[in-house]
Parts: sequence; C-alpha cells; structure tokens
Amino acid sequence: MLITRSNDIRSSEITDRKLYLTRREFMLAAGGAAAGIAACAGPDADLTAIEPGPQDQQAPRGQKLPNVVKSPLSTTDERLNTWEQITTYNNYYEFGIDKESPSLYAGSLKTDPWSIMIDGECGKRGSMNLEDILRGETLEERVYRLRCVEAWSMVIPWVGFPIANLIKKCEPNANARFVEFVTLEDSSQMPGLRQPVLEWPYREGLRMDEAMHPLAILAVGLYGQTLPNQNGAPIRIIVPWKYGFKSAKSIVRIRFTADEPVTTWQRSSPKEYGFYSNVNPTVNHPRWSQETERRIGEFFHRKTLMFNGYGDQVASLYAGMDLTRNF
Amino acid sequence: MTGDRTIRRVLKPVVFAAGVSPFGWLLWAGLTGQLSANPLEDITNETGIWTLRFLCITLAITPLRRLTGWNAFIRFRRMAGLFAFSYGTLHFLTYVIADRFAGLDFPDGIVSWTTVRNLVASVGEDIYERPFITVGFTAFMLMGPLAVTSTAGMIRRLGGRRWQTLHRLVYVSACAGVVHYWWKVKADTTDPRFYALVVGVLLLFRFVRFRLKASRAPARATVRP
Repeated sequence: MLITRSNDIRSSEITDRKLYLTRREFMLAAGGAAAGIAACAGPDADLTAIEPGPQDQQAPRGQKLPNVVKSPLSTTDERLNTWEQITTYNNYYEFGIDKESPSLYAGSLKTDPWSIMIDGECGKRGSMNLEDILRGETLEERVYRLRCVEAWSMVIPWVGFPIANLIKKCEPNANARFVEFVTLEDSSQMPGLRQPVLEWPYREGLRMDEAMHPLAILAVGLYGQTLPNQNGAPIRIIVPWKYGFKSAKSIVRIRFTADEPVTTWQRSSPKEYGFYSNVNPTVNHPRWSQETERRIGEFFHRKTLMFNGYGDQVASLYAGMDLTRNF
Repeated sequence: MTGDRTIRRVLKPVVFAAGVSPFGWLLWAGLTGQLSANPLEDITNETGIWTLRFLCITLAITPLRRLTGWNAFIRFRRMAGLFAFSYGTLHFLTYVIADRFAGLDFPDGIVSWTTVRNLVASVGEDIYERPFITVGFTAFMLMGPLAVTSTAGMIRRLGGRRWQTLHRLVYVSACAGVVHYWWKVKADTTDPRFYALVVGVLLLFRFVRFRLKASRAPARATVRP
C-alpha cells in the first residue's frame, strides 16, 4: 500500500509557538462561543480574529488554527457539511443524549489546561500536556466522511495529525498490541454523566496497526478552527473507516495493552457493537440496515461503502479476517 | 356539571386545537428551519412520541371518569383515540417516505411500478427483519380497525358489547407501542420506562376493577334464592 505524503515540511508550516502561548485565549473563546456568549469572550480584537466560514456566517466559531496544510489523504469530490450541521448534530452522551444537547451544554467543558495520561505497555508512561503533544506536529486538514452507526453521515474537514506520531513518542513496547482511548469523566463539567446511560468513562480501542494507520488521526480542529467542545475538544481521535462511535472525544488517557480492550458500547450491548465496528454495508445492525445512509442535508439515501469508502487504504489490515464475525 | 352545549361549543374545539398543536408546531418548526440538522429524524421521533402520548391519554379517560365522577370525560375519548391514530399514521408515513422510499434505487425512474414494488418489498423486509419495526407496525395496524369503527353508526351496527371487546385491542396497541419505543432507543431507556409505567398503571386500574367486579358477582348470585 502506497500512501503519498506531502512534500517536506517547510519551517513556516510548523505550528508556531505563538499558538501554544495563546492557546488559553483560544480555548476561552471557543468555550464562550459554544455557550452562546461569544460577545463576552474578550475584547473586539479577539472577535475580529474569528473568521466566518464559507457556508454560514452567524455560527459561533473557535479560533483559527495557523499553518494548517492540506492533506493529500483528504476526500476531495464531496460537498462539505456546514459548520452549523457539524456542530449542532452530535452524539456526545456526556452532555446529554439528544443530538442538540452537546451544542447546548458543552460550554461547561474546560479544555485548558489539558493533558493525556499515557499508560500501559510503553516506555514513556506519565502525563503529557497538550502543548507537548502538539509540539513539532504539522497540523493537516483532513476532509473525511463520517458514518454514524445510526445510518447518517457527514463530510467533515478535520484538522489534526496522525495518531502514529503520538504513539511513536510514547515508545510502546513489544507487548503493546492494542491501544485504548479514554474520554474525560467529570460530572461537574459533563451533565450527561449523571444519567447511567453508559458505563463511564467512555472507552474506545484500536488494534495497534489500526491506530498506526496514516488515515487515523488525532483531531484538534474543524474548518481550520479549534475544535468546538461538542465535537470533542480539545483533542479526539478520528478513524474514518469505522462507525463514528469509535472516534472517541476529549481524550484524557491512552493505554497500550496486550489484550483487546473492552469498549463502552461492547459492554453496553455486545450483540450490537463489536470491537472492530468497521463500516460494513453487509453486516446489519438490529435496528438500522447498514446498506444505505442519509448524508445530513440530503433526502435520498446514499449507498454505504465498505470501510466507508476507505477500502483501498485499509482493507489490507483485515486480510483473512471474517468481518461478519469480527463486526 | 358542564352542559352539553359548553362541551360541544367550547371544550371540544379547545381540546381539538390542543391535539392539533403538536402537528402545527412541527410543521412550523420544519418550515422555519428550527429542527435539527436531520429534520426527518425529528419528525419521525416527534410523531411517534405523540402517538404514544395520545394512546396514554385515551387510556386515562375511563380511570379519570371513575375517579372524578365527571362522566363527560367520556365525550373526549374518541377524539383522543383518533388523534393517536392520526399521529400514528403520520409517524408511519414519515418512516415509509423518509426511511424506506428515500433509500430505494430507481432503475425505472421515480414514478414507476418498479418503485411501488420495491417500496412495498422494502417496508415488508424491514417489518420482517427488525423486531422493533415489527412490533411498531403491529401497534399501528391494531389501531386501524378501531379508527374505522369509531363512529356512532359503527357502534350501533356492531352492538355495544362486541364493539367494546374489539376496542380492547387498544391495550395491546399501547403495550406494543411502548415495546417499540424501548427497543428503538440505543442506550437511554428513561423515556420508554416512563411510558411503560404510565401504560402499566392505566392497565392495572382496569385489572383491579375487573377483579373487584368478578369477586362481587358470585357473592350477589348466592344471595339470590
């Protein structure tokens, strides 16, 4: 499998130091905007820095991320969903189960300071703060299809970098065959945690080779802006060939394991949600046929593609596996 | 007590307007873009939940009448039942159009017999394959004969006793509706639990009354010479 990469990174493309130093203001602005109080976020100078998007002008936005390079791994031939659609129609149960709840209540999430606990079968165990995680990373715009298990989909311009880059920094040892990603669990910031809907904290996992795949990214932005809280700020994973719930949000812990970790949805309903959860139109979910999907904003359904259309890049990961059994 | 004129001229129109208002709100919200990014899903969910609510209201009429002694409650039962059927119909139609029709291929164009055949096959397959659809469809189908026989003329033709027996199907329909809702939700069963409790209490009321009547009846029989 050949993955073409962009040319060597010019120094001007490396996320500059100023971004790190002013991150606190960015996050404040993003949080304030999400709560619908953008006007309180700061002096006028800050607000003029908030760039209106191409499709809808009024929606509150995060802070522009500098030096974002376009990735050749992006989907190029599909219309993007709007900022409004992407930021108001979310499954983020920690802020309530209704689709609009995260956009209404995620303002209480404090994304700064933020750190991720690195744990398990690796050399660099310990807490890593977001600044260190981002240091030296080139932020890429990755336009990906997102297919939810509920049979709807969107096309989203994420900003991020390969999970592989962070994994290498963690120096996983020979026992590390899987990676577990854990979402923040703090009921003072996340009102939805008071409902025993799922077993908290939210846990997801990937096989090591899946996590190391160049398409799998850690996203910190959306439409060139910092990630809104309801979309999993400040840092989340995106695994575009799997159902959306695999892409865990607001990551606070990454654990390398020898055994396959049990994910939250597997625990909730093992017959319905498997560990792999690759997008697969031939394996039906008891409540949703997975053959077609509604692209948000469209009426007629589209045919769901194997591996969400990323089969050329990822099918080799599953060579010889029975994907009906390993659903 | 409230007079017949007040009920017909004032209360009935008011209750009717209240029953139409969720539909009106949905229409208004849909046309003005107040729904979510997936408005068809919202319409499906809202019409479904209102079907269940009206079923509960219909089932609550008799207990309310017994508990309050205000017999005029009965005058609103048919309206409540027909609202349940109407929202159920909207719910079913939204599902057929937005979920089934929108997912079809149109090899011979949209307006063709192939489309009709494929749509029927698609709905049939879904009812067969997905238990929550099976039970939801059952709940809806059971309401059909009840709506058809809801007129005064039909009650007369069927005879009160047979009519009443037939209309006990509403108990099955309400239970199936709750099961449909319960099986549909992904993780949070709070709302389905609530409706299960409401329907459960309303059915329990009837069961208790039935038992009391049954235990009283033979006692009376023995008194007779």
